[in-house]
Amino acid sequence: MPVALAAVLQVGFLVLLLAAVHVPLGNYMAGVYSGKRHLRAERAVYRIGGIDPDSDQHWSVYARSLLAFSAVSILVLYLLLRLQAYLPLSLGMTGLAPDGAWNTAVSFVTNTNWQWYSGESTMGHLAQMGGLAVQNFLSAAVGIAVAIALVRGFARQGTDRIGNFWVDLVRGTVRILLPIAFLAAIVLVIGGAVQNFDGAREVTTITGEPQSIVGGPIASQEAIKNLGTNGGGFFNANSAHPFENPTAWTNLVEIFLLLVIPFSLPRTFGRMVGNHRQGTAIVSVMATLWLAAVTITTWAEMRGFGTVPGAAGGAMEGKELRFGPAASALFGASTTGTSTGSVNSFHDSYTGLGGGVTLLNMMLGEVAPGGVGAGLYGMLVMAVLAVFLAGLMVGRTPEYLGKKIGRKQVTLVALYILTMPTLLLAGAAITAASPALVDASVQESGPHGLTEILYAYASTVNNNGSAFAGFGANTPYQNTALGLAMLFGRFVPIALVLALAGSLASQRKVSETTGTLPTHGPVFVGLLGFVVLIVAGLTFFPALALAPLSEALL
Amino acid sequence: MTTMTNATPETDHAPAARVRAGAFRPRQLLRSLPDALRKLDPRHQIRYPVMFVVWVGALATTVLAIAHPSLFAWSITVWLWATVVFANLAESVAEGRGKAQADSLRKARTTAMARRLHGDDTEESVPGTALEVGDLVVVEAGEVIPSDGDVVDGVASVDESAVTGESAPVIRESGGDRSSVTGGTRILSDRIVVRITAKAGETFLDRMISLVEGSARQKTPNEIALNLLLASLTLIFLLAVVTLQPFAVYSGQAQPLIVLVALLVCLIPTTIGALLSAIGIAGMDRLIQRNVMALSGRAVEAAGDVDVLLLDKTGTITLGNRQAVEVVPAGQVTEVELAEAAQMSSLADETPEGRSVVVLAKERYGMRLLFHDQLPTATFVPFTAQTRMSGVDVQTHSGLRQIRKGAASAVMAWVRENGGHPTADVGEAVDSISASGGTPLVVAEQRGDGPARALGVIHLKDVVKSGLRERFDELRRMGIRTVMITGDNALTARAIAAEAGVDDYLAEAKPEDKMALIKAEQAAGRMVAMTGDGTNDAPALAQADVGVAMNTGTSAAKEAGNMVDLDSNPTKLIEVVAIGKQLLITRGALTTFSIANDVAKYFAIIPAMFAGLYPQLDRLNLMGLSSPESAMLSAVIFNALIIVALIPVALRGVRYRPRGASAMLRGNLLVYGVGGLIAPFVGIKLIDLVVSLLPGF
Repeated sequence: MPVALAAVLQVGFLVLLLAAVHVPLGNYMAGVYSGKRHLRAERAVYRIGGIDPDSDQHWSVYARSLLAFSAVSILVLYLLLRLQAYLPLSLGMTGLAPDGAWNTAVSFVTNTNWQWYSGESTMGHLAQMGGLAVQNFLSAAVGIAVAIALVRGFARQGTDRIGNFWVDLVRGTVRILLPIAFLAAIVLVIGGAVQNFDGAREVTTITGEPQSIVGGPIASQEAIKNLGTNGGGFFNANSAHPFENPTAWTNLVEIFLLLVIPFSLPRTFGRMVGNHRQGTAIVSVMATLWLAAVTITTWAEMRGFGTVPGAAGGAMEGKELRFGPAASALFGASTTGTSTGSVNSFHDSYTGLGGGVTLLNMMLGEVAPGGVGAGLYGMLVMAVLAVFLAGLMVGRTPEYLGKKIGRKQVTLVALYILTMPTLLLAGAAITAASPALVDASVQESGPHGLTEILYAYASTVNNNGSAFAGFGANTPYQNTALGLAMLFGRFVPIALVLALAGSLASQRKVSETTGTLPTHGPVFVGLLGFVVLIVAGLTFFPALALAPLSEALL
Repeated sequence: MTTMTNATPETDHAPAARVRAGAFRPRQLLRSLPDALRKLDPRHQIRYPVMFVVWVGALATTVLAIAHPSLFAWSITVWLWATVVFANLAESVAEGRGKAQADSLRKARTTAMARRLHGDDTEESVPGTALEVGDLVVVEAGEVIPSDGDVVDGVASVDESAVTGESAPVIRESGGDRSSVTGGTRILSDRIVVRITAKAGETFLDRMISLVEGSARQKTPNEIALNLLLASLTLIFLLAVVTLQPFAVYSGQAQPLIVLVALLVCLIPTTIGALLSAIGIAGMDRLIQRNVMALSGRAVEAAGDVDVLLLDKTGTITLGNRQAVEVVPAGQVTEVELAEAAQMSSLADETPEGRSVVVLAKERYGMRLLFHDQLPTATFVPFTAQTRMSGVDVQTHSGLRQIRKGAASAVMAWVRENGGHPTADVGEAVDSISASGGTPLVVAEQRGDGPARALGVIHLKDVVKSGLRERFDELRRMGIRTVMITGDNALTARAIAAEAGVDDYLAEAKPEDKMALIKAEQAAGRMVAMTGDGTNDAPALAQADVGVAMNTGTSAAKEAGNMVDLDSNPTKLIEVVAIGKQLLITRGALTTFSIANDVAKYFAIIPAMFAGLYPQLDRLNLMGLSSPESAMLSAVIFNALIIVALIPVALRGVRYRPRGASAMLRGNLLVYGVGGLIAPFVGIKLIDLVVSLLPGF
């Protein structure tokens, strides 16, 4: 079968599968967050936590609960990593240094999973399972909770309550993430991913040399790593490692896992606001942007500009032979489009254009389709912006889903849109301006080196976590600065989104007439996609021109 | 060709909700220049964040150009200042249009003496400005009314042309809904006593003056939100440009400050930032030109958001009085007999309905016009609320002939009392006229001592104004529902509603029903507009999101509403809605245009900035601009000139046709979005062709 046809079939299969699954899963998730019943296990958690699961919270209480929970999570994970040597199942690993522990604790609590370390030589089983994997579940559940709170802001009216954070957190974990991750782990084990409690095993290879082979609870971690758009690999090589991602079909399963919740949440949104067409519009924009990224990356990598790639039939540097350029590009575009950050190939080695798309994917603000929850709320914020810009053009005060977009909403949206570029550009500019920092971390010179810096900050601020491998992040400065980038990049937007949810929920709905801007249908889909592209494009064009664009145009 | 036949009626009917274009002459630009230069004052500029950034940038490049003079540096500097001046010019031109009107109003503002009345009926002469609320003043023919007030005694004809521009005098009388008078207007006849309702300096005329001058203009909610968004876009671009320098240094080519300033000014939304204030002033001005005074800017925007229009039937939808359109005889009676009797009974009836019966008899049945003094033997029976009928008793050769006309039930009862038996066909005629929305009046007679008999029925009909149906259709396309308010019964209301083409009606409405309807619509999330003039309309006018008070109405109504229509034309509400929409559309369209422009500016400037460093970036120089300096200067010049080019659009408002939101969005996105992407590519290229002729470019 020609490679190009295989690439198309692979994407086509994935699209069909997602199209089939997103409806039932989206409906199921809407039910999870709307239902009144509590499971027995959930009731037990509420009793222990002293939580009244039937009381809704004001947005500021919701936000405070979320921030407090995340602060405690960071502290617990920090201590666990620092004290690893004294805890069981450490496999003899030492505790982490303060800057490294800080960076990793923030990284996993913010759903980023930026890894300055190699998992197999740094983390024991307790840190992997009890620390990192736990946050893989919880940080994902936090993301979905925020999206649901915003959706409630649109769905409800005349109330100052947007739901209960603890209930949303527990339900997301217990009813959505755990069961799917459990099934997915079994599928991955069937596919050959490793799942045991072994430490490093010394073997003698056929060349007679001794080799240390690390085992562990890998498949279970792999499942939630992708499902929760976390991305932190058990191994440094991440999903390129055969124990994490053994075959071409597990590769497809993993891509499906990292896309399935982000692509299903718009359905949840449509159902909760009582208008499926609204959800369809959002998912259409996400899918279009994702497909465009996949197409361009695949084309760039398969075309493989240059002599060597030409001879190899594609840009094969940094890619696994068992996946090839197409399946690698598909993974790369999907993992950067979803703020997952797991990789099955090395974006640093991509062609200028392909690598540039992975960078741009993050700079779009992770909305195509974005991280679990974060993608939906990010896209809804962009939708509010699009409605405000274009809504005036139909001669009415802009309104989205019956809620007027006035001064307060515009302020919150403007701050949201300012946050990410400010952190990204300022962080990257500080590193680029300091020769000492450049020397310490940047491997390449010229445009590629600048791409490495931009990529590091784009990845952390947007809570993606993938890396442009040439960037040496393990310095005290970068560990601290990137940690701050992840922290603010996650929680400032979340606080703004919750405030937006509160301001929307308190409004009464305006009735819809033929004079109302329709927020479904192709015109709005095109407009929203354009707004996403132009906001990112106008903000980052100068930086991109100096980095991947100069490289791609060579 | 269908398109052509469709187009004709649109142009024939003065297109209802379409907004006329205000005049704009290039000469206005020149005349406003001195004022625009005065506005370079930083205290003025700081109110507009986007333009303030340009102002600071221009100052910075001036310093740089003085320090390191070059043709390039000076050219950029001059054009940056021009950008600021053009923005000021837009505002000055918009303000200038109101100035002339304000001057003529000022002339009307009275400085005359007022004759204040005391409790003991003595008069004292005080300056108009010394009057206080509650004072009573006397005004006689030839005098100017010193301040706003209500007539408490007398009736007078008033020349209000100073305020309304309408030269025909109007009647103002105590009591009722035509009691309010405006300071600065002149009494033409008679004498009235006025109770003053406005303090000096806060009269209607004062408010009008500050309104047309734009001095009282406050930013409206949407404008504030848009300003916030523009400010944050400016911040983003500031960030993008400031961080570009470290990246450029890292890449090995630091950029001159002047280039960074030029890039920044081109990227920030200067086009809409420069025109925003002019758009707001011009929107108010369009209302003023239609003789509508918006007492708050918020109301103008709210007009664009209106979902429901409440329209009083009488005066708005119908001509205001019912007219006889036919007579339906009963039994053996001929139409002529009936018409003759109807005419006789109506001779003394001075109501419009009564007169219309006489007119019908003359025009349709050729009756000789009689005057009631030509019937010396007749005794007229006036209408009373108890009898609910009127009529005439005439002495004839054969004895007394009594004719009665009135409500069906009353006249039928009279017939039975006098020994008659109304035939079934009278009842049928009454029912069918009622069902069609008309009002039936039964005519009956009794000759001598014989039994009374019903002669037939007069059909009174509300006459719906022409052209309304088309207007309501347009409103429906815009998503606005029309509700007719009437005191008529449901049957009549439904028939008139169907004839006029309104969407809904509220029959047998009392003032409190109107209020309840407004509250119900608002609770359902709809914005309501209404017109009113009476004192009992005041609560509803205040409750409605847009309340247009008629200038002829009471002071209470004018206080309660947020707009006053000087022409007192209730149908104008439709135009007000169109102006509100056009205002919002103009802002949205120019914002979209401004942002879309940036794409081309990037493609002009970025390759130019780094041409030396990365020659491959020249592939982004899609326009093939001749040199880096020329590319940058051309982008800056385009950025400045586009402001001037769009001043007419800002003042006139973008073309607006009533249609559904989908179609409107598609159309405007195409013109201002796609157009905004393409226009600067063409414009910058053309400017580059000229600039490249200069030495050094």
